[in-house]
Amino acid sequence: MLKLESKQVNFYYGSSPALKDINLEMESNTVTALIGPSGCGKSTYLRLFNRMNDLIDNTKLTGEVLIDGIDIYKKGINVDTLRKMTGMVFQKPNPFPKSIFENVAYGLRVNGITDKQFIEERVETTIKQVVLWDEVKDKLKKSAFELSGGQQQRLCIARALAIQPSVILMDEPTSALDPISTSKVEELIHELKSKYTIVIVTHNMQQAARVSDHTAFFYLGELVEVGTTKKIFTNPTQEKTQNYITGRFG
Amino acid sequence: MNPFFKKFSEKFIEGLLMISGTVTSLTVVLIVFFLFKEGISVFNKKAVEEGYVIAVNKSNKVNSISPEDIKNIFDQKITSWKDLGGKDSIILFRLEDISTYFTDEQIGENFERLPACISRVVDSIPQIFAFFPEKYMDKNFKGKEIEAGKISFNTFFGGKEWFPTAQPAAQLGAKPLILGTLWVSLGAILLALPLGLAAAIYMSEIAKDKVRRVMKPLIELLAGIPSVVYGFFGLVVIVPAIQKLFNLPVGETGLAGSIILGIMALPTIITISEDAMRNTPRSMKEASLALGASKWQTICRVVIPHSISGITAAAILGIGRAIGETMAVLMVTGNAAVIPHSILEPMRTIPATIAAELGEAPNGGVHYKALFALGCILFVMTLVINLTVEFITGSKKYKKH
Amino acid sequence: MKQVDENKLAKSKKRKQSLAFFMFGFIGFVIVGILLTVLSFIVFKGVSVISWDFITKMPEEGMTRGGIYPAIIGTLCLVGGSMIFAFPIGVMAAIYMNEYVRDGIIKKIIKQMTNNLSGIPSIVFGLFGMALFVNKLGFGDSILAGSLTLGLLALPVVIRTTEEALKGVDDTFRHASLGLGATKWQTTRRVVLPIAFPNIITGLILSVGRVSGETAPILFTVAAYFLPKLPTSIFDQAMALPYHLYVISTSGTNIEESRPIAYGTALVLIIIVLLTNILANFLRKYFGKKVKMN
Ligand SMILES: Nc1ncnc2c1ncn2[C@@H]1O[C@H](COP(=O)(O)OP(=O)(O)OP(=O)(O)O)[C@@H](O)[C@H]1O
Ligand SMILES: [Mg+2]
Repeated sequence: MLKLESKQVNFYYGSSPALKDINLEMESNTVTALIGPSGCGKSTYLRLFNRMNDLIDNTKLTGEVLIDGIDIYKKGINVDTLRKMTGMVFQKPNPFPKSIFENVAYGLRVNGITDKQFIEERVETTIKQVVLWDEVKDKLKKSAFELSGGQQQRLCIARALAIQPSVILMDEPTSALDPISTSKVEELIHELKSKYTIVIVTHNMQQAARVSDHTAFFYLGELVEVGTTKKIFTNPTQEKTQNYITGRFG
Repeated sequence: MNPFFKKFSEKFIEGLLMISGTVTSLTVVLIVFFLFKEGISVFNKKAVEEGYVIAVNKSNKVNSISPEDIKNIFDQKITSWKDLGGKDSIILFRLEDISTYFTDEQIGENFERLPACISRVVDSIPQIFAFFPEKYMDKNFKGKEIEAGKISFNTFFGGKEWFPTAQPAAQLGAKPLILGTLWVSLGAILLALPLGLAAAIYMSEIAKDKVRRVMKPLIELLAGIPSVVYGFFGLVVIVPAIQKLFNLPVGETGLAGSIILGIMALPTIITISEDAMRNTPRSMKEASLALGASKWQTICRVVIPHSISGITAAAILGIGRAIGETMAVLMVTGNAAVIPHSILEPMRTIPATIAAELGEAPNGGVHYKALFALGCILFVMTLVINLTVEFITGSKKYKKH
Repeated sequence: MKQVDENKLAKSKKRKQSLAFFMFGFIGFVIVGILLTVLSFIVFKGVSVISWDFITKMPEEGMTRGGIYPAIIGTLCLVGGSMIFAFPIGVMAAIYMNEYVRDGIIKKIIKQMTNNLSGIPSIVFGLFGMALFVNKLGFGDSILAGSLTLGLLALPVVIRTTEEALKGVDDTFRHASLGLGATKWQTTRRVVLPIAFPNIITGLILSVGRVSGETAPILFTVAAYFLPKLPTSIFDQAMALPYHLYVISTSGTNIEESRPIAYGTALVLIIIVLLTNILANFLRKYFGKKVKMN
């Protein structure tokens, strides 16, 4: 089933274009990797799906961005509600200055849930989901800053999962992590695929190859090529893609 | 250039720079030294008028009397030794009372027998409380001179009255001044903190960049206006307004001081807490918004908790500013040195007291020293405040890594 | 999601947010309003008083007439005197701290002490100035004693702004110069200071603004109540603008009649502050651009 879709999307910071005529479709329960050299618009594209770019003044969007077939930029869409449908994981772990428990409960609380028992159960299941439970179950009341970087990042993933989004957007989620933490997060992505639609931005070709079903290659704001990961990495149609994945530029 | 000379001049300049570097440290040390040297020496000084003594009958068990009690005895608020740990009622004896006990002849034409007479009076009346010039103290005086009017820590910090020029004993109770300072400063912070925080939140999180770029320098300008100008403004605008509004006999009240100090503390509070809030990592705010939180929820639940130490520091520094502020307060609070009961009464703060009285206090006298002791209190208060702020902001840095 | 009415929730979130934002914006503007009120009040009341005579004539008739010339001159002397003292020492101290000492205990102590000094209330400086300069060193109430006291007060400001200025100089400049065999002082003097210069001057101007309005430190070290002549040496007493304003608005012989003079004096003080602020901002902008372009 078609989950995410962009039709003829152009995006401008001020007058300079960051995305040009992007047409892309992503199926439910798949992982799509966005790759490309720095500054090519991957983050910008990712952030279209939870309207994070709205926060930046002086930007312009044309074309349509759809989730479940609904244009999320049309009038009458409540941005807070939309963002609840999508979870986002950032480049650096960025837990809130709160306890481990409260970090995960945050999304529930801001969305008006007050039932204590419900929150506790949800927090526990989500922390288990990211395979962090055994490490933190005794210190849920402790500050989230006391965790290691890798643990913090898994906590941030749990935080995003707690509100049960259907889409997870990850912007270089492992670039600040050590190899072991990285592989834990990658395993997690595998697990999560059965329930969510995942879009991941990465600079790591191996990672893209390992975790994703589809790969989209961006260059200078344009979508150069998209296809199954296997095809992109073994037999790309475009020369630029070939050059990039073999490390000749970027 | 001669390499030896070059090396020498390098060293010389470094030495010069080093000396300059130590000037501030030296100044702080000197300030502490002079302040405390003069201030501490007020203790164990006598509050009684210079050159006077107080004596009682030998049988009297009372050995020392505080300045406050001396004043009360003179004002006849204390009329019995029982209040001071002795017995029977007090018979007050002053030099001019001598004529009720002796004739001019007995005293002598040139008062040559006056000391002996005083000695006899004190010896013969058990309830006596005699106050007379030291020069009339007999060589073999038969009474008991008592330690009177000694200024102790207790009388200084606990004394309820500040009246340094009082006769016969200066009343140096700093309590009304300390309380006055605290009342006025707390009033100021109660007014300024909510307003300042709201403005800081507005400037750092809500306002458009354009608005902020205009607002920020204006608020910094607010910090640059001299305190006399604020005091003057308070005097001609706020004081009459308060008088009218609350229907008071005078408008110079603690409230007027709090309002002016509040305005003066605003820039400190706003700039520091705004800085703290702007330091909230962008990605942390985005993470909150990405979870469906509204901007307002993000401010309350992420930005404020993240910058809480900065906000606390701002509040404490604001109090510090208010506590140390002199001129504005001096001009608008009415300066009544009584223990405050309501913010609508005239009050007097420590800095205002120093400013108002130091000019008239004779150098090296008790009053002069008492003012330095007040300076010490002020110094310690502000030092504690600064160290607290450093501790708060310092421990924050530690926590983040 | 669990039993939460999406629409209702969204609406209530929105309502709370608009209310809060409106309130905060309102307060922000009120605060700016307060500032403008203070300023415009003094400007309106004072502007009719200010004239050439007002700033060049002696006070007359128990300060109910005439000008504030001696107070202006006194303040100029005090500002000048305090800066002659504080500026070189402050700049040198900052150079020492930023260019010479390594991070460590000494730097920490100096930093801490500078911090402490800047936290001391101005009236305490007054007490100290009186004890040391006026009494102990025997300067008496004099421009010298007052300038030194104000200089000490300004010292932390000068040090801090100079330090900021020095920190703003990119390390590559230093490394390049040192790499060419220049000594530390040569590097500082020929490379670092010229780049930092505009910002150091900005700091100087800001301290001038601060010092010219201070009253408490000069109460007992220099200020004269009514002295219709100019000081002739640094051991003379002098009038000063802020003290003058204080006296004529609270304890002059005829407060009501001298009110206009008070408004005029307050306006002159405000003008000084505004001018120093504007000048400092201008320098920062102007030279800030220039340095970047290099
Ligand atoms: N807030 C912004 N304001 C103006 N321009 C921006 C902003 N954010 C990004 N850009 C510009 O848009 C283009 C795309 O940026 P984007 O962050 O999407 O790149 P990216 O592919 O994620 O790069 P990286 O791999 O380095 O994260 C860049 O040229 C960048 O300079
Ligand atoms: Mg990016």
